[in-house]
Amino acid sequence: MRTLVSPLSLRTPLGRTLYWTTLVVVVIGFTGAFVFPLYWMVTGALKSPDELAQIPPSFFPQNFDFSVYLDAWEQLQLGVFLKNTALYAGGAWLFTLAVDVSAAYALSKLRPVLGKLVLGAMLATLMIPPMVLLLPTYLVAKDLPLLHWDLLNTPWAIWLPAAANGFFVFLLKRFFDSIPRELLEAAEIDGASPLRILWSIILPISRPILGVVSILSVVTVWKDFVWPLLVLPETDKMSISVGIASLSAQMPQNVLIASLVIASLPTIIVFFIFQRSIMAGLTAGSLKG
Amino acid sequence: MTVTQERVRRPQHVRTAGSRPDEDRRGALRRAVGRNLTAYGFLCGALICFALFSWYPMVREVILSFQENNFVDPGKWVGFDNFRTVIEDPAFRSAWLNTAIFSGLALVIGYAVPFVLAVVLNELKHAVGYLRFVVYLPVMLPPAVAVLLFKWFYDPGAGLFNQVLGSVGIPPLAWLDSTSTALVSLVLVSTWMNLGTGTLIYLAALQSIPGDLYESAELDGAGLFRRVLHVTIPQTKLILLVMLLLQVVATMQVFIEPYLLTGGGPENATVTVAYLMYQYAFNFGDFGGGSALGLMLMIVLLVFSTIYLRVSREAER
Repeated sequence: MRTLVSPLSLRTPLGRTLYWTTLVVVVIGFTGAFVFPLYWMVTGALKSPDELAQIPPSFFPQNFDFSVYLDAWEQLQLGVFLKNTALYAGGAWLFTLAVDVSAAYALSKLRPVLGKLVLGAMLATLMIPPMVLLLPTYLVAKDLPLLHWDLLNTPWAIWLPAAANGFFVFLLKRFFDSIPRELLEAAEIDGASPLRILWSIILPISRPILGVVSILSVVTVWKDFVWPLLVLPETDKMSISVGIASLSAQMPQNVLIASLVIASLPTIIVFFIFQRSIMAGLTAGSLKG
Repeated sequence: MTVTQERVRRPQHVRTAGSRPDEDRRGALRRAVGRNLTAYGFLCGALICFALFSWYPMVREVILSFQENNFVDPGKWVGFDNFRTVIEDPAFRSAWLNTAIFSGLALVIGYAVPFVLAVVLNELKHAVGYLRFVVYLPVMLPPAVAVLLFKWFYDPGAGLFNQVLGSVGIPPLAWLDSTSTALVSLVLVSTWMNLGTGTLIYLAALQSIPGDLYESAELDGAGLFRRVLHVTIPQTKLILLVMLLLQVVATMQVFIEPYLLTGGGPENATVTVAYLMYQYAFNFGDFGGGSALGLMLMIVLLVFSTIYLRVSREAER
């Protein structure tokens, strides 16, 4: 496809030289800016505290002693933190899907009285960033209205707010809207209940959007910091980000860096595997967020 | 089942012989009630979650900010006292100023750079997959990890940044420890870990610009720079505006950077509104003052959100 620079001028010797120079500069620049810090992190963990303080720093660690990763794992109880975070993210994912898919289905296909109003009220929450409502939301989690349950230090403090996501409802509803009515009416004639229609017709067609919402919801909960910092203050209940941050002051430098490496592995691996869906979710969110 | 069958098979206006009008109406009503009950059955989970964690907190924030509360006795209405306390706090001015500067600097660096990167990436025909992957890597790191990583890079002694500066002959900087560089250091981390999002969104927008626009601009004698000015920018105007507003709203909420890097210091140089709000509630135990701050921030962000909504509606058209 034709872009800014015309294909003709790229064929001249000067054009070709400029193109290749730009390419090399960009590749080196990007690698330096975005990959090198990660290299520095992975190798930094392998250096002893003395080597870390050394000026000028060593480019390669003097010896490859991976036991620091084991130290980090044990001293910071990373296993507990990772297990907690997996529980929070996994539960939030299931809960979000169940709640938001059925809400979007009701709003898109069952179209109840006041449905437009409900949708409007859900989308309106997108206008107000959660950060400004941090204090009242925290108080709700601390003392649930009417029931007076204390959700602090329980997974519910993460799961319930995670499902109140107007953007997910919007994405799902927009996708469901595009499913032709005839398909559902045919199933209705065959006597399928609404739940059955949702389960056996809508969900299988909606796999792409379910993938996008799933990854977004898991990654959002995994990366979140402020909310788990407030609602999960007990050390044994902390998520990985909060846990490392709160213990960071007492750790030797190399152990801390090793724990940062371990903490960044899960999301990086997820990115390797689901690159396509993640980038699709990005552009889905850009125009309509 | 028979009910739905009838509805589907029979055109609405034509009544079959034998069915009486009131019977028809009652059936329709029963169906409508049934449909609504089912629909609200499906909706109730979401309604509860939104009510508890989105709608009620909005109301509660307003109430809290006009009350004095110890959460044992019922709250006492105190009018604008909380607002007065907060505004008279010397940190208040710093917090708003720092937040504005942070957002402004993040715009200057974090807004233009991704666009330029996207324009360049869009011209490249090699290694594009690698570059797209790499630019998004920092976005995938948990923010706490990225921030703590940079805390180490900022170390005035053996930190990476001073070492790199030293290797090209620039004297070391104090980074987080000096009032003049602390805020900029926070902007750098924040930009580094968010740059990928903007770049990839712009890249997608650039790819939808029809090629013949460039073609005809070139035939009219427009050089490279003028093609950017008269084709690329007008064609991506709306997404640029949308991203501008989104970024302002996102950066005005900055919290994790001051929380993990500086604790608001040195000398309030990095106190932000969100961080001050947190301090009021969880360090001073004053939820009234904190909520007053939250409410002020909410009103400011609502202005930007409203403009954003207008613009993005325009963009959809």
